[in-house]
Amino acid sequence: MLSLKDRYMLTPPQVVENYFLESRHMLLEIAAAFDRYDAAVARAANGNAQATEKEKNSGSKKLAVMRRALEIAAQSHPARERTLALLELFATV
Amino acid sequence: MQIIQPHYHAIARTAQDYERMAMSGVVAVAEPAFWAGFDRLYPETFIDYFRQISEFEPTRAAQYGIRHFCWVAVNPKEAEDSILTREVLAQMPEFFAKPTVLGVGETGLHKSTRNECEALEAHVDLAMKHGQLVLIHTPHLADKAHGTQRVLEVLAGMNVDRERIWIDHVEEQTIKPCLDAGYWVGMTLYPITKCSPKRAADMLEKYGTERILVNSSADWGPSDPFTLQECILEYRRRGHSLQEAVEVFHNNPCRFLGQNPKFDILPISIETLIDQRANA
Repeated sequence: MLSLKDRYMLTPPQVVENYFLESRHMLLEIAAAFDRYDAAVARAANGNAQATEKEKNSGSKKLAVMRRALEIAAQSHPARERTLALLELFATV
Repeated sequence: MQIIQPHYHAIARTAQDYERMAMSGVVAVAEPAFWAGFDRLYPETFIDYFRQISEFEPTRAAQYGIRHFCWVAVNPKEAEDSILTREVLAQMPEFFAKPTVLGVGETGLHKSTRNECEALEAHVDLAMKHGQLVLIHTPHLADKAHGTQRVLEVLAGMNVDRERIWIDHVEEQTIKPCLDAGYWVGMTLYPITKCSPKRAADMLEKYGTERILVNSSADWGPSDPFTLQECILEYRRRGHSLQEAVEVFHNNPCRFLGQNPKFDILPISIETLIDQRANA
């Protein structure tokens, strides 16, 4: 028999429904950040807003981490919680 | 910095919003007629609503030194009721004579039904016959691209002055066709849905600033009038000058809304102000 708590907790479809718009918003922001980076690369190629070598190194490491984080977040059946894996990943930069 | 909120549903907001907007530089708001969260049954209810936004709301805004303008229309959700829409449309011209009514809005589409499309056409037709500006709502989320395309198709079949029409709530997938067709566009900044302040700044950088308006979100749902200031901060942080920000967030609303002479706030130039001070 289900406990009272279990009876009122969210079902899997309810989790998706409740967090869909918020997740959509955050994913769009991330996509826009990558597009923003590409636009800056295009501007730099035209001779505008040049970065220092130090900035370039730091930027490329963080960019690689962001791409890897998205791969981890999108896994269907991860070996452990995605949040833990991402926090460890972000601690490397 | 002086700011204009081109799309602001004041009746759903508190006096504290007016106060804080005034303190942050907002000098004028324009309030389109919109959906109240439920479908109204009587034309008279719309008429009282139009009276509220054209007669009472300017007095509330004036207490904070903010100019209040408005638009009248049957919004797309309620426009599904064709009889109600016709009855309200018949009474709208009397409001065009009011001193703060700028035009017809927000008309547009919600689910892009036949009734909605006919109502949109009737609203635009009425506006053109009376020399009014037009503010067009485009659908949200999954209906956005299709609904915006339908708006463009309806307008393409009409004899309209495109520079007097503002297609609102554009996002990355809809801004270009609207600009390419010669209309003004608006980006609406919500905390979660529609556009965000950062994405709006991206689009300003990609498409330039001509014929583009930026609105905050200010209604009875989850919304935030200060997303506009957030966008200004983001735009300035990226290195755009104060004058460039003034062009987008003050002067562009003046340029579009000022096509109706009732909107008498003029574009400003920071450089000119400095020169005048130097010569004083």
